[in-house]
Amino acid sequence: MDTVEIDRGGPAQPLLIAKDLRKHFKVKGGAPGAVVRAVDGVSFNVFKGETLGVVGESGCGKSTLARLLLHLIEPDAGELVFDGDAVGDMRGITVNALRRQVQMVFQDSSSSLNPRMPVRDSIAFGPYVHGKTKAEAGRIARDVLVKVGLKPDLFGPRYPHELSGGQKQRINIARALAIEPRMVILDEAVSALDKSVEAQVLNLLRALKENFNLTYLFISHDLSVVRYISDRVLVMYLGAVVELGPVQDIFSRPKHPYTTALLASRPSMDPARRIEEPPITGDPPSPINPPSGCRFRTRCQHAEAVCAQTQPILGAWNDRDSHIAACHMQDPESGHSLAIRTH
Amino acid sequence: MPNTMILPTAMIEPAAPKQRGYWGSVGNRLRYDPVTVFFGLVVLAIILAAIFAPLLAPFDPYKESIIGRLKPLGWKGHWLGTDELGRDILSRLIHGGRVSLLMGVVPVAIATVVGGTLGVVGGFGGRKVNTAIMRTMDVFYAFPSVLLAVAISGAMGGGAMNGMIALSMVFTPAMCRVAETATAQVKNLDFVEAARATGAGTLTILRYHILGNVLGPVFIYASSLVSVGILLASGLSFLGLGVKPPTADWGLMLSTLRQSIYVNPVVCALPGVAILITSVSFNLLSDGIRSAMDVRM
Repeated sequence: MDTVEIDRGGPAQPLLIAKDLRKHFKVKGGAPGAVVRAVDGVSFNVFKGETLGVVGESGCGKSTLARLLLHLIEPDAGELVFDGDAVGDMRGITVNALRRQVQMVFQDSSSSLNPRMPVRDSIAFGPYVHGKTKAEAGRIARDVLVKVGLKPDLFGPRYPHELSGGQKQRINIARALAIEPRMVILDEAVSALDKSVEAQVLNLLRALKENFNLTYLFISHDLSVVRYISDRVLVMYLGAVVELGPVQDIFSRPKHPYTTALLASRPSMDPARRIEEPPITGDPPSPINPPSGCRFRTRCQHAEAVCAQTQPILGAWNDRDSHIAACHMQDPESGHSLAIRTH
Repeated sequence: MPNTMILPTAMIEPAAPKQRGYWGSVGNRLRYDPVTVFFGLVVLAIILAAIFAPLLAPFDPYKESIIGRLKPLGWKGHWLGTDELGRDILSRLIHGGRVSLLMGVVPVAIATVVGGTLGVVGGFGGRKVNTAIMRTMDVFYAFPSVLLAVAISGAMGGGAMNGMIALSMVFTPAMCRVAETATAQVKNLDFVEAARATGAGTLTILRYHILGNVLGPVFIYASSLVSVGILLASGLSFLGLGVKPPTADWGLMLSTLRQSIYVNPVVCALPGVAILITSVSFNLLSDGIRSAMDVRM
């Protein structure tokens, strides 16, 4: 596969580095200068071959983040480095070259397929845009359809409305894979599917990842799904990263109170251990006017004076095993009464 | 890439329905719609009659007769009677269809191309482009369409050509709005964003993803405008702003026969009946095509 030749940085080089990504949307009809801080200084690495899960409540900026990574929305600030090459930089790679290597699968399987195009043409569109002839693109579409478990002769000529939700999402995955990307961003890709179909598609995604050395950025609000598929998890709250770490660490020893609350909000499988009270109450504060200091303090049971004064920093990651959280309780110097002690 | 791989789930195999192309399935649905087929045939007959008018017309449509004026149906081989100058009504109706159809179809075609292009550009372009195009079109909306047609052709002087230009200008803003709305709806769907994410340029996206979804509504609207065009063209001729006498034209015939309505009411109403049949047929045909073209049914 040609992806081996363009694996420039070697295995240690993160596939994608996002540095301080920022996107503020102007508020229509709002006060002059009022902005929604949809993504407010997000930094993370995606290592080669891993699945990075991104979780958070609705409106925390997950989908905006996904679109920023592909430059579908222009970031206001921040930097993207793909396999050592800065995106949009003179000496780096262009946005188009990035889109050649990073693809996206959207949540709504119906609206992400052209209703007036047979699905094989939708799949062949990507290779065609990247310079293949129509015949070559058609052959690629057939191959990819087989890879996602759909018979090309049976499903290729169909229109999206003739397919079920799960089949459509397979087509969307096929469309993303058709140009042989190295990384796929899955934006709530299985959230709209039935549980049984969801499981099928998740297993398909796992198999495809192994077969094609893919790297996933898996965005979801469903913690069980994220736990199943991810190697590392990034927790977002109100446009910022609050916790980042390996999946076992996040789920067994969460460091941030928000992550703890998220995990506690999962419905229990055991009726005897039913959750009686929601662990976290109220809606997230408005991203137009986020709280001072720590953004989570308005809903945090451990909030203290220091939380309103200074913004906790996430800390630096070193490698795939780093487990970091943006919380004053993690910082011995912060002055928070519950801060971990240095021994 | 390896061609063989183990799949986590079994192949899904529903019964294979017969596969048709898009236009094949549209044609198939039309076959089972007798109303649309019937009015389609009527439209076809009207068009053929207009094309082969010199062969079909039993008399010379311009041959006058002093003694044979305003005769009833069936008088001396004149199946539909004669007009106020003794000319054969049937022959004049067949010949009149040429002008009426031309004035119904040509302005719609012009408006579809001009208005459709402006609409797609306005719908896909940024806010400034959109505002510039759509607010200009709104100016035309300030006038009722009949008044606008009368004003434009009145200002430019009568005649078939000026009438068609006037009607084109009347239809363009409406067509532009239809195309703009359709484009704006499609533009924000995920598949356009997905196409951008594959690295496709604006023109490629327009060609492969926008046009296919916009042409449907535009085409349907155009087909319904044809009957309006025929009516407006007849109206212009009726007012003396369209074609000039003695040209055979339905609107003009209605206008001149109007004065004889107390002498022979049936004959005088015939050009109106021709206009009615034509516009109703075009409307019902376009309705049928509209539902047959909806791929999601």
